[in-house]
Amino acid sequence: MSNLQVGQELAPKTFLINRALLVAYANASGDQNPIHQNEEFAKSVGLPDVIAHGMLTMALAGKYLSEINGSEAVTDFSARFTKPVVVPVNTDVALIISGKVAEISDGFAKVELTALCNDVKVLGMAKGVIKL
Amino acid sequence: MLSPDLVGRTFKGADTTTVSAEAISKFAAVVGENNLDVAPPTFAISITLDQSQKLLQDSGLDWTRVVHGDQKFEIKRPIVAGDKLICSSTIESARVMAGNEIVTVRSDLHSGAELIVSTWSTLVVRA
Repeated sequence: MSNLQVGQELAPKTFLINRALLVAYANASGDQNPIHQNEEFAKSVGLPDVIAHGMLTMALAGKYLSEINGSEAVTDFSARFTKPVVVPVNTDVALIISGKVAEISDGFAKVELTALCNDVKVLGMAKGVIKL
Repeated sequence: MLSPDLVGRTFKGADTTTVSAEAISKFAAVVGENNLDVAPPTFAISITLDQSQKLLQDSGLDWTRVVHGDQKFEIKRPIVAGDKLICSSTIESARVMAGNEIVTVRSDLHSGAELIVSTWSTLVVRA
């Protein structure tokens, strides 16, 4: 996709996060930390409930970047984990990712991402670079 | 507490991870990716998290109290099935802020001499 313009807002996409997805991500990534699966354990360490892996949220934002010009076009990707994504039992939590083209130069586009859960930003300074 | 003289040290892994098509498809399925020719952008973490923990297990870093602060990837080329990757991890910085130790670990994945992906993880070790 080479018709991106600086300042262009990219259409938001909603991802649903539930307990089953947390188990699937734990198995795919090898991160079996119980705070992402076991409610009792999560609460015992002071969390409100089970929380999603920050890297799952980032993986989904990575999918958003991949949809711009393919997975193979993503060359840089960074984010801060600013707020936890709390995933109560039997609940699909909506993660809404949107993007804005911040810069285009030398055949690369820098895209700034916003990740919202219940109107709260869960990633900070999230941005990716896409080869055009 | 991390020993300060470890900052700047690189720990080179001895294990080679051979990336399987199954590992890529499992990771891709979680994010809803249908293209299985290359690994999704953050796939490298499934190798570097485990490898860096092993490489740094004697560093004094208490992994049980670690919270992931931020993450960065530089992807020279996408990981593909059949890649044989070796991880090396470097403690780039360590500082104490508000009683918490903040450690930045860089992990590089090489295939032979070729650098494939670099990852940076900022870890906050809760006091």
